[in-house]
Amino acid sequence: MSTVLILGAASDMAVAIAKKYASAGHAIQLAARNVQRLKALESDIAIRYNTTCTAYEFDALQFTSHQAFFDSLPVKPDITICVFGYLGENETARANWSESEKIIHTNYTGAVSILNVVSNYYAAQKKGVIAGISSVAGERGRQSNYIYGSAKAGFTAYLSGLRNRMFHEQVHVVTVQPGFVYTRMTENLTLPPLLTAQPEAVANTVFKAVDKKKNVVYVKWFWRWIMLIIKSIPEFLFKKLKL
Amino acid sequence: MKKEIANWGNYPVMESNEQQFSFDDQLQQMVKEAAHFIPRGNGRCYGDASLGGQTISTLKYDKILSFDTQAGVFECQSGLMLDKILEVIVPKGWFLPVTPGTKFITVGGAVGSDVHGKNHHVDGSFSNHIVDMDVVLSDGRMLTCSPTQYGDLFEATCGGMGLTGLISRVKFRLKKIETSYIKQKQIKADNLEHVLQLFEEYKHYTYSVAWIDCLKKGKGFGRSILILGEHAKVTDLDALQEREPLKLPKKKQITFPFNLPSWVLNTFTVKAFNFLYYGKNFKKEINNVVGYEPFFYPLDAILHWNRGYGKKGFIQYQFVVPMHAKQGLIEILQRISDKGIGSFLAVLKVFGEQDSLISFPEEGYTLALDIPVRQGLFEFLDELDQIVLQHGGRLYMSKDARMKPGVLEAGYPRLSAFKEIVKKYNPDGKIRSTQSDRLLLTTNN
Ligand SMILES: Cc1cc2nc3c(=O)[nH]c(=O)nc-3n(C[C@H](O)[C@H](O)[C@H](O)COP(=O)(O)OP(=O)(O)OC[C@H]3O[C@@H](n4cnc5c(N)ncnc54)[C@H](O)[C@@H]3O)c2cc1C
Ligand SMILES: NC(=O)c1ccc[n+]([C@@H]2O[C@H](COP(=O)([O-])OP(=O)(O)OC[C@H]3O[C@@H](n4cnc5c(N)ncnc54)[C@H](OP(=O)(O)O)[C@@H]3O)[C@@H](O)[C@H]2O)c1
Repeated sequence: MSTVLILGAASDMAVAIAKKYASAGHAIQLAARNVQRLKALESDIAIRYNTTCTAYEFDALQFTSHQAFFDSLPVKPDITICVFGYLGENETARANWSESEKIIHTNYTGAVSILNVVSNYYAAQKKGVIAGISSVAGERGRQSNYIYGSAKAGFTAYLSGLRNRMFHEQVHVVTVQPGFVYTRMTENLTLPPLLTAQPEAVANTVFKAVDKKKNVVYVKWFWRWIMLIIKSIPEFLFKKLKL
Repeated sequence: MKKEIANWGNYPVMESNEQQFSFDDQLQQMVKEAAHFIPRGNGRCYGDASLGGQTISTLKYDKILSFDTQAGVFECQSGLMLDKILEVIVPKGWFLPVTPGTKFITVGGAVGSDVHGKNHHVDGSFSNHIVDMDVVLSDGRMLTCSPTQYGDLFEATCGGMGLTGLISRVKFRLKKIETSYIKQKQIKADNLEHVLQLFEEYKHYTYSVAWIDCLKKGKGFGRSILILGEHAKVTDLDALQEREPLKLPKKKQITFPFNLPSWVLNTFTVKAFNFLYYGKNFKKEINNVVGYEPFFYPLDAILHWNRGYGKKGFIQYQFVVPMHAKQGLIEILQRISDKGIGSFLAVLKVFGEQDSLISFPEEGYTLALDIPVRQGLFEFLDELDQIVLQHGGRLYMSKDARMKPGVLEAGYPRLSAFKEIVKKYNPDGKIRSTQSDRLLLTTNN
């Protein structure tokens, strides 16, 4: 039985991932900025799956606390899954630096900060797996959400570089690229049902990808092809589109 | 998010702004900010009890909070569904104290309707087994109540159709079992008189219910199959079952794909009944050991079977009349059979004593049957209501989509006390449903 640390554990996607790993018999460590919100999930997982589940306070934006957070974990996780993120509002962010900053720091800076800590530990141990939930939004900037998209693009590039480095340390890194997912983040948006996944589908994809040591995975296979097409549109045309 | 919703009878269908939540703080905030709303579970009530312009869905609020496997006490958030609870408790040797005929309902719904099962005459209704629960009131406050703490809130919340507040947490006692199987006895009854006799004769059985053929006239009027059951002991099992006495059933389900004309479902139930009634191996009585799923939830194997009643939907008509009013039962069955509008099958059960503020069960006979919505139906049901009332009976709000306010009032002698308590905890009628407005339990203004 291995231990799985889930960062940003109160989100719908994280709950699905935690349940997936717990049902396979793993011990679960939940980390979120509001531990109070984790209490019910903690008992639920422990009772439902007969496994160990613990909860910790973790704020992605408190960069300087990250080393102490990881050091304080009583058991070091074998697998770390970085789920937290912040979509924000592009229009607000354009005019309001604090919104931009929050988007960038949550999706990029915060992720880099905590995963530096985790990867250094794994590198020293010569084992471990890291999975990061990025987004297809990071594959090409679009006018509707380019601030979030560029932060995710940075995160995707970070994961790719980290994978390269960690390969030589027997540590594996997975990049997960969801398209649309029905979660709290998107509950007020109207999403195309055919293109939108349930959080459980993300959990299954993550679980399989970690197990099979995949590098970059999409949730719902066709998103890889959709993004391939979107990326192949020449810039002179792309800039004229309303996306 | 705005969407079209309906409950199990697919009547009425309405547009509602449905909100979801996962955490206590989110819920309290949501309730505080709402202009009005009604709590909504899995929409398995048949009519308009959990419908309204604004609904707060509990389905994402579904965590298990504690499970004492020694004492058999279970505690969870209100959106957790019974099927999930069974998956956790059965392997540990425990069962639901009371379960309705479907496992796809939430714990909040079980309390809100104070549901009954085939064991009502022995174990009472669901709320009988509650240790305590939390209710979020219309102003966002959360109160813990039990029979001894905020007793008025507790009493009015059990069977109160969501009107006192949103039940957030429930702690309740389970029933000890040795195996996940049921020792079942099915007895053929020639007519109504006969089946009522059999109910009396077998009243020591924990579980009992009868399927009645509503169409048969003459001497065989009310012919039926009485289904009895006890939780099987290990010694009741065969060698194969004995290897894993608390085994969970495998998930096997088929889905009803789209709305069909109602004769399709009727043909199906006619066939199923006749198969049992006339089946070669069905002599007077069958005794066997079956899994708990086919015993408690025969219809859950077909997901969305309600689509079998067509697009216009259907009403499930359920009433109870006191023991001494057998004549009322006969009269109503006769009216339905004469009119030829009911489903082929009706479900009959004997309730034991219960004296609640607003819960449906009271000692007597309860009958439930499905009737597809069509012209003239509501007028006909108004007539049946009068017969029920004449015999001192009442209707089940959880199945209702059409009764008149006067029928509710005449059937529930303590209604005004219930209304008083609702007013105390939900003073501005902020929590209200299409049903509560229709029944004048709240006012739509
Ligand atoms: C096939 C089938 C068989 C059935 N058999 C039986 C039976 O044998 N016995 C029986 O008693 N019933 C039976 N029912 C009815 C069903 O058990 C009840 O209607 C039950 O209340 C449905 O629960 P739900 O979670 O779907 O809630 P909903 O249908 O969404 O809501 C039902 C009521 O409970 C209230 N409610 C829901 N959640 C909360 C909450 N958290 N806080 C406060 N109020 C809440 C709603 O406002 C509404 O008034 C059956 C239904 C079906 C479809
Ligand atoms: N939904 C989609 O369509 C979609 C598509 C592609 C990628 N993604 C990505 O999937 C991941 C999960 O998102 P989701 O859809 O499940 O949305 P979500 O419910 O909004 O989840 C985001 C989670 O991140 C947490 N978080 C935000 N800031 C944090 C901080 N400073 N410290 C710690 N945790 C913080 C939130 O915590 P609180 O619970 O405390 O608010 C929340 O639990 C995100 O990385 C998102 O970018 C989502």
